[in-house]
Amino acid sequence: MNPSLEQLSAEFAQLIESAPAPVSAPIAAGLVEAGPGPTTPAAAAPAAVVAPVAPAAAVAAPAAPLPPPVQSVDFALKGYHLDVRVAPDQVVAAAEILDRTGFGIDAVTGVDWIAQSEMEVVYDYFHPTSPLRVVVRARLDRAAPELPTVSNVFPGANWHERETHDFFGIRFTGHPNLKPFLLPEDADFHPLRKDYKP
Amino acid sequence: MIASKDSFSNLPPLRPGASLVPLPGDGVNETFVLNLGPQHPAAHGVLRVLLTMDGEWIQRAEPIIGYIHRMHEKMGENRSWAKFLPNTGRIDYLSAMHYTHAFVGVVERAAKIEVPPRAEYVRVITSELNRISSHMVWWGALLLDLGGFTPILYAFDDREKILDLLEGLCGARLTYCYYRFGGLYNDVDEAFLKGTREFLQHMKPRLQMYRDLVTDNIILRKRLTDIGPISADMCRRYGATGPVIRGAGVAYDVRRAEPYSVYPQLDFKIPTYPETDSMARYLVRMDEMEQSLHIIEQALDQLPEGPFMGKVPRVLKLPPGDTCYAVEAARGRFMVRIVSDGKEIPYRLKLRAPSFSNLSLYEEASKGMILPDALAMMGSLDLVIPDIDR
Repeated sequence: MNPSLEQLSAEFAQLIESAPAPVSAPIAAGLVEAGPGPTTPAAAAPAAVVAPVAPAAAVAAPAAPLPPPVQSVDFALKGYHLDVRVAPDQVVAAAEILDRTGFGIDAVTGVDWIAQSEMEVVYDYFHPTSPLRVVVRARLDRAAPELPTVSNVFPGANWHERETHDFFGIRFTGHPNLKPFLLPEDADFHPLRKDYKP
Repeated sequence: MIASKDSFSNLPPLRPGASLVPLPGDGVNETFVLNLGPQHPAAHGVLRVLLTMDGEWIQRAEPIIGYIHRMHEKMGENRSWAKFLPNTGRIDYLSAMHYTHAFVGVVERAAKIEVPPRAEYVRVITSELNRISSHMVWWGALLLDLGGFTPILYAFDDREKILDLLEGLCGARLTYCYYRFGGLYNDVDEAFLKGTREFLQHMKPRLQMYRDLVTDNIILRKRLTDIGPISADMCRRYGATGPVIRGAGVAYDVRRAEPYSVYPQLDFKIPTYPETDSMARYLVRMDEMEQSLHIIEQALDQLPEGPFMGKVPRVLKLPPGDTCYAVEAARGRFMVRIVSDGKEIPYRLKLRAPSFSNLSLYEEASKGMILPDALAMMGSLDLVIPDIDR
């Protein structure tokens, strides 16, 4: 019943290969800290410090090898076991894998990478009966951030996605009720965008 | 003055669509909309539930939240890591120790700060005291919802003793900010240790008395047993954790699933009840308080000597990347996810609140219940509205 880390990694790798969608990642290389290898974090760190501020770093970044889309990371350092990067249209398929293997939805949230003009959507999953934590991420174009809802797979994502829409203006297509949630009912601003001025 | 039947007949006819708006029903039963809250004693704060009622039965219950939204996540992005610490005690004001624990934990994990064992043991003692005081508020408030007035007076009497102990330790009665990156604000004194031992002796017979007088009370049993079943699968799909998922028979407890602090060194059981109803969630919390007493007792016995603060850099800059840290708060899994870009202030700070997920299943779970039962179920979820709204 309980899934193993290897089995999950294989399933995600298969999913990502099945549709070689353009994972908009080269710029992300410096920001997502390369995972478990004992040598990589130190090597990745200097690039990552400059990446968010200097656009020039983005040009230099492709030289660094892209972290693999599926990587198992050290729980003691990161607080999760598996880090999966998928294309925006694969988040539902990823959620289905996790639903089938008995995971529960922990949280959905966004990160505004304004220097790269990208938005990141982060899905956290926990497992009720085995000590496994999985993080699924997708990068979107910041000008038109849009990706399908996973609330049909995990109904708990409904509220998290509404909140993410409130805070970042990320549109979840197919969401049954994407109206202001925590913000005032007439709110037309997205406070967690980095260019938001109150 | 009591209005007679005649006085109503003199009123002008209701303007169509004016007040009680009938919704399109099935032609036989008309439905109506009932607004519960945001100012309602059973809503425990400022929660509003928009109920579509078919007579006494709930057809749809839509929680409307955000009335006490303060945007702690944005506040986190404009102050240094340390300056966000007081905020963490104000998210769930009944469970402040756990929330501070999660935040210091995530920063310590990212910055690789070592915490001395004495500090970890004191964290466990104060966290478990906080859990008991939180559960006492839930217990009193639930019974108040169900019409029993007396228990809350006892509950607050016990809780007062905990608040006094923690006030002596860190100065705050509710919104504690006692933990620091790498340790504690100050060391525990003899008065606290002695007072905590006295409290253990005081609380054990009290919990037994509550069992005899309240838990076994036939009225309480009839109000909670078989009311509001929430299955393990529903918990999983909605991300409900804490006593809600344990009341569905799943032994999910962050203290065991993602061990943190010195919990692996301590012996305790994870109480579970497979019945999935409100009574199961009630019993889980009652058992949890006993387990908390057991944990405190062990931690006091094992409390090592030594420093209460580790080595922490004066200016704290976290390495770039994201880090998560979860704790078992009184209401379930509380997780902090931070994203750092190497600066002194967080780039992004996500607070995953247990009450938010626990309430999100309310619409599905309350379908077809009568209103008083749905309120009993809401009480068994132990909601804290500032925690939901953040």
